Amino acid sequence: MTLSGWSMILLFLVLIVVLAKPAGDWMHALYAREKMPLGFIEAGFYKLAGIDPKAEQSWVGYAVSLMVFNLGGIALLFAILKLQGVLPLNPQGYSGMETLLAFNTAVSFVTNTNWQNYGGESSLSNLSQMAGLTVQNFLSAAVGMAVAFAFIRGFARRQANTIGNFWVDVTRATLYLLLPISIVLALAYVVMGVPQTFGPSVVATTLEGAKQTIAVGPVASQLAIKMLGTNGGGFFNANSAHPFENPTALSNFVQMLSIFVLGAGLTLTFGKAVGNLRQGWAILAAMLLLFIAGVAVAYGAEAAGNPIHHALGVAGGNMEGKEVRFGVAATALFAVVTTATSCGAVIGMHDSFTAIGGLVPLFNMQLGELVIGGVGSGLYAVLIYCILAVFIAGLMVGRTPEYIGKKIESREMKLAVIAIIVPPLMILGLTAIACITGAGLAGPLAKGPHGFSEILYAFTSAAANNGSAFGGLSGNTPFYNLLLALDMFVGRFGVILPVLAIAGGLAAKRRVPEGPGSFPTTGPLWIGLLAAVIVIVGGLTFLPSLALGPIADQAQVAAGTVL
Amino acid sequence: MLTELIRAVRPTVVLLFLVTLVTGLLYPATITGIAQVALPVQANGSLISDTKGNPIGSALIAQNFTSPTYFHPRPSAAGKDGYDASASAATNLAPGSKDLRDAIAKRVSDARAEGMTGDIPADLVTTSASGLDPDLSPEAAFLQTSRVAKARGLDVAKVRSLITAQTEEPILGIIGERHVNVLLLNRQLDTLSATTRGK
Repeated sequence: MTLSGWSMILLFLVLIVVLAKPAGDWMHALYAREKMPLGFIEAGFYKLAGIDPKAEQSWVGYAVSLMVFNLGGIALLFAILKLQGVLPLNPQGYSGMETLLAFNTAVSFVTNTNWQNYGGESSLSNLSQMAGLTVQNFLSAAVGMAVAFAFIRGFARRQANTIGNFWVDVTRATLYLLLPISIVLALAYVVMGVPQTFGPSVVATTLEGAKQTIAVGPVASQLAIKMLGTNGGGFFNANSAHPFENPTALSNFVQMLSIFVLGAGLTLTFGKAVGNLRQGWAILAAMLLLFIAGVAVAYGAEAAGNPIHHALGVAGGNMEGKEVRFGVAATALFAVVTTATSCGAVIGMHDSFTAIGGLVPLFNMQLGELVIGGVGSGLYAVLIYCILAVFIAGLMVGRTPEYIGKKIESREMKLAVIAIIVPPLMILGLTAIACITGAGLAGPLAKGPHGFSEILYAFTSAAANNGSAFGGLSGNTPFYNLLLALDMFVGRFGVILPVLAIAGGLAAKRRVPEGPGSFPTTGPLWIGLLAAVIVIVGGLTFLPSLALGPIADQAQVAAGTVL
Repeated sequence: MLTELIRAVRPTVVLLFLVTLVTGLLYPATITGIAQVALPVQANGSLISDTKGNPIGSALIAQNFTSPTYFHPRPSAAGKDGYDASASAATNLAPGSKDLRDAIAKRVSDARAEGMTGDIPADLVTTSASGLDPDLSPEAAFLQTSRVAKARGLDVAKVRSLITAQTEEPILGIIGERHVNVLLLNRQLDTLSATTRGK
């Protein structure tokens, strides 16, 4: 580890804290239905779509709208991918995607996962990338934000039987937040060297006289929303490690900031909405605590390098699957950023990280991606843990727990536990199935414990809607295309539906005034409790699987054994 | 519930259509329009052309160099033979992989055969994440100077100063790592050879 490496990490943290407040205010304006400039666009959308923007929805109405909209999105994206061969904007003449792969990809992008069992530059037309994938990059982030807004309303409202209007929340998040920021970022990325063209690949004759075909495309416009919306699906197979998708250390730094900014800001949107900004800062503080711990472990492991390679006379940190312009520090930081959120973009190959360096991204996702988290999904995931933490605190002193003035009772706890238990059930259950079937065992590239890690990572990434991979796994098989799609779908909506149900229940409750016996949810005690509950619940659930995978892997490498 | 379901159909269809129009077509088309007019070099892939205007590669993308007269880039796993800029890829080999250890051992022994001594910088003998990493660490470039200078009959000090001049420093001293772009360095090398021969 170097001083300059840590200085960069510190600068990143400072900028996130500075940016969180304006981002939180902006999203609060969307949440609170404040008038936006160019409001006629919004109004026109509602008119054409037959939406009454003043109508409010119960949690059931909100949930039904959300499910129909997402299923419609899956159907549309599937159709575009299947039919790309006969659709326009296909300069390389790619044919339609294979059915199961198209299904997997459609579910993947609608659930904000962006798991990719295909290579973008070698199989997708420009139309598929733009009108197919980019659109869902916007919408899946907007849907996440809508669910977060609905959950916030559950805490902020009193004796109400509605939690907002799904159509309005999604439309406003897309038009007045994601789109304008993406336009600015996309142009900034072009300045830094990211291509943006509808032209075909370029054929160059190299200095040594060889032919080199260079794939280009409308990269910048997709890159901007891929990061901002914590989607993570790369234009190119190598994702943000590709020099066209991340040309400089500066473009990389901007990408990392844009992954975190909305998730960090939403904690303050929450604080502002419930009338106490310190509630938001407390959540952000607990998140950043876990984040710094993750960065320290990952950076330390990658900087220490690989003893097996050192024995061959190689010096320095682990550079297999990393780019020179980023180096070890930025690549480790990025790996933590991308898995703390539901982004899943990569600038280095997690599969080739050291065992402990690779454990950190895996564990981040298993915690439920609530360290900042995905756009919207991070906030609703962490609020579920807040409910669990006040419940545990309440058990210790024998009082009915409350959070933000709302009594947490048996219905809330049952639903919260469902939201917490669904992802681990999918991850561990499907990993187990893959480990006892031939089709599952055919996937991994690595032998021994690392092969198990590749399977575990895939199902973790899919259930957590992350999308990064231990890329050695051959995922484009009927077995993995189907099971990973199921994993992504249940991992997304198996959490969203209980969250909306809790939101509906909380909104209907009265707000109890804070008394001397109330547990304060703002101070250091609370921040420590929340972080501890997150780590203990995550740790207890997944420790055995981590022992079989990365920890055994580490022991193997330390012993100098190769497989 | 059923009425809610039926009521959700029209907003779903119309919103998907409108958002596809705006974010899927208008947005990328606008960015492309602005980029092609204002920033044509970057927008088309930062291509480098020879004197006749034919592209010889991209300043951002690694190309293969095998001749001893050129600096060699990092090993590549992109495509079948490496450096395939239409199929970016990494090895994804595990830290405890035998294949990876054997590949690195072979590259180290090749480097030794070429006369490189001391520790080998990790970037010189490992494949990158994209397979198209255009850069080397300055240390990895310096190790190749004596081979390049000998093959070209150039002064070693001159070749070394070329690397120093081409080295890019981290932004603000902290963001990024020091690196040298191999294609740009090799172009400078050709220029140096031409002027030296001219004298």
